[in-house]
Amino acid sequence: MNDQSSIWLPEPASTVAGDVDTLFYFILVTSAILFVGVMGAMVTFAWRYRRRSENDRPEPVQESKIIEASWIAIPSILVAVVFIWGFRVFLELGIAPPNAYEINVTARKWSWTFTYPNGAVSTDLHVPVNRPVKLRMSSEDVIHSFFVPAFRVKADVLQGRYSYVWFEATRADTFNVVCAEYCGTAHSDMYASVVVQSQDDFESWLAENMGDGSLTPAQRGERVYTQQGCFACHTLDGTTSAGPTFLGLAGSTRNFTDGTSAVADDNYIRAAIVNPAQEIVEGFLPVMPGQYATTLPAEDIDALVAFIQEQQ
Amino acid sequence: MREGSHNYLSARKGLWSWLATTDHKRIGILYAIACGTFFLLGGILATFVRTELGTPGETILDQDGYNQIFTLHGVVMVFLVIIPAIPGILGNFVLPIQIGAKDVAFPRLNLASWYLFMAGALMAVFGWLFVGKVDTGWTFYTPYSSGASNAVLWLTSAVFVAGFASIFTGLNFIVTVHKMRAPGMTWNRLPLFVWAIYATGIVQVLATPVIGITMVLLFLEKLMQIGIFDPALGGDPVLFQHFFWFYSHPAVYIMILPAMGIISDLMGTFSRQQVSGYTFIALSSVAIAFLGFLVWGHHMFVAGQSALSSIIFSMLTFLIGIPTGIKVFNWVATMYKGSVWLRTPMIYALMFLFLFTIGGLTGIMVGVLAVDVHLHDTYFIVAHFHYVMMGGALIGLIGGLHYWWPKMTGRMYNETAGVIAAVLVFIGFNLTFLPQFILGSRGMPRRYHDYTELLPSFPEFAPLNMASTIGSYILGVGLLMILVYALYSLFKGPKAPANPWGACTLEWTHTGPLPDEHNFHETPLVTRGPYDFHLADDVFGPKEEN
Repeated sequence: MNDQSSIWLPEPASTVAGDVDTLFYFILVTSAILFVGVMGAMVTFAWRYRRRSENDRPEPVQESKIIEASWIAIPSILVAVVFIWGFRVFLELGIAPPNAYEINVTARKWSWTFTYPNGAVSTDLHVPVNRPVKLRMSSEDVIHSFFVPAFRVKADVLQGRYSYVWFEATRADTFNVVCAEYCGTAHSDMYASVVVQSQDDFESWLAENMGDGSLTPAQRGERVYTQQGCFACHTLDGTTSAGPTFLGLAGSTRNFTDGTSAVADDNYIRAAIVNPAQEIVEGFLPVMPGQYATTLPAEDIDALVAFIQEQQ
Repeated sequence: MREGSHNYLSARKGLWSWLATTDHKRIGILYAIACGTFFLLGGILATFVRTELGTPGETILDQDGYNQIFTLHGVVMVFLVIIPAIPGILGNFVLPIQIGAKDVAFPRLNLASWYLFMAGALMAVFGWLFVGKVDTGWTFYTPYSSGASNAVLWLTSAVFVAGFASIFTGLNFIVTVHKMRAPGMTWNRLPLFVWAIYATGIVQVLATPVIGITMVLLFLEKLMQIGIFDPALGGDPVLFQHFFWFYSHPAVYIMILPAMGIISDLMGTFSRQQVSGYTFIALSSVAIAFLGFLVWGHHMFVAGQSALSSIIFSMLTFLIGIPTGIKVFNWVATMYKGSVWLRTPMIYALMFLFLFTIGGLTGIMVGVLAVDVHLHDTYFIVAHFHYVMMGGALIGLIGGLHYWWPKMTGRMYNETAGVIAAVLVFIGFNLTFLPQFILGSRGMPRRYHDYTELLPSFPEFAPLNMASTIGSYILGVGLLMILVYALYSLFKGPKAPANPWGACTLEWTHTGPLPDEHNFHETPLVTRGPYDFHLADDVFGPKEEN
């Protein structure tokens, strides 16, 4: 089990970690060889050509075109290799498989909250082993950064927009989640654990933690929709009121009064809730109040987004 | 070349002759005193940080105290030491003499630059002492800084004011190099130190206004609640990061290019050999000055910028890394078939090559997208930029100060003491920062007050942090030793000859042990390149025929 760990990197525990580690070691070993070569030349020259008399005045050295060309070529080739390699693994890190299990993450000074599709909420992250998991993350206050060293994944968590990270854990164990973006007093105490469980254990944990009366995010969103009176302007049946209907909104292309357009992904929907005046959909007036960024808790906004996404 | 009693130190007397001086050499000394004091302060703060982290749990500072101390350490070291030090001290003292000028182009602007720098520094100190502590880190990221106390405004204003000092200095050097070179001092006879300071000037003039504007926007947002960066006001926090790094990455070149210039001069002089790839080094400094504006996004691979931006920034980062690597090859090759004289300045030059190469190679590591995702915001980054900023920029400065010390003070320092201190600095530095690479790649985030709760999973954090802390003490002793023998030399050191190193640039060949007030009695006529030791019969006497 321990064969893959080294002094440099903690034992890998996700599907992408192996690829990241291979690249890391390639750069490390190549760098070490280059470093030893350059230092070897430096020490050799410093000793071999040490000053022997006060009046040494060596003749200038004719610069060799071949050596100079190789100085340029070798580093260029090496960095081209690591760039392309790093780019490929970066895409792997960045693009979640479409069947990934989605969990909402809320960060705040100085704790994490994880909300599952069935409405369960936890302060430690529980995930099933061998299944891609995608985290949709936002912050209630300053910037945080979700980092699991054993998974080699990290992404900043911002207020007012979603960021994502995905991973597929490869063994059942418990790992540290740390905050990697400085966030004030207790930055270094902003811990959580990732508890990786077998699919069965995970399912039973989820069921246990759902509790009585806890709502799925979409159900909670429906409640917010009702309580906040969103229905006054936004219908669910496709008819147009003061605001656009929610039916079929998610994933559609929105055309704005300034001539631009955008696809309504979750980040768009979120922005339209918390900052409605920024982009006005064609055919509507800028009449939606802008207070929701401050009056709605982050989980309610997440819930509304989930609710709107369900209206297909 | 007369050895007059009217050298630049003795020509005028009294405090006022210093505070109102327009002599570039005296302004250089003023910068040396100021930057030296701030370096001492920043260094003491660093030992606080390391002492806190040496053992798990709270050691000497609570969480807020620790956050304030590392913030002040960063602000002082970046804005009050590394950015101003080499151009301010050595650029001022050496550059005009090296090109055969009697002063910089705008001597009064030069003095104004020092006063603005001091005003900025005093604002920072005043704000810290009387307004409130700041714990935002030197990067002032929003929205954290939006919610911080108003003391942060003092600090950002200080950065704004000190920025003008930097612009004035850069502008002055650009004009001086263009307009005030002595007859015969063609562009390809400029010492590489001059090329480096010239390139730095370009960055100072073009980049510094951006940090100034950013600080003003931060100011407006905080005082007038105009939403620019704070998402609660409808602003964009990532925009701040773009603005900040649009300055602060070029600022990395403000810090490192001058040191590279010093290293070029040292390698040439102490190898008594032409600097290999002179034209390449000269022009690549200028190229780096411009390319340096196009790589800021590599600080933000995990910050939420688009993947396409990250890919482009990564590629451009490598583009800028290649010429830097080639420079290292050139410096090493300069010793080939040379006559290498291992005196203290040269020991620092070789130390620079060792440390800066590690800094550069680990820079490649963190420039690679997929690897940076893991390493970003960990101690790996802390170690990387200390290898570049301290192992590169400050070691270059210390080497340069040893090299030009006889010219600045007229006295020699104790060579044995110099070597012992250099060895301590080398050992201490590596013991401090090598363990931090491992801490970081194993997952310890930066700006961490405590790692106790990580110890069950990462027991190695304790010994690695302890080693780093011990290293920082050794480093501190080495640096203090330099201060002690420098002060001793100032008062008791043996008188220096005019050209103790057998160097071939004008400050050594055409001035006395201490330069005169206006540098030269007659404008020098330059007939050879800065490293044409084989032609320098005026320095070494006629060459013996074999």
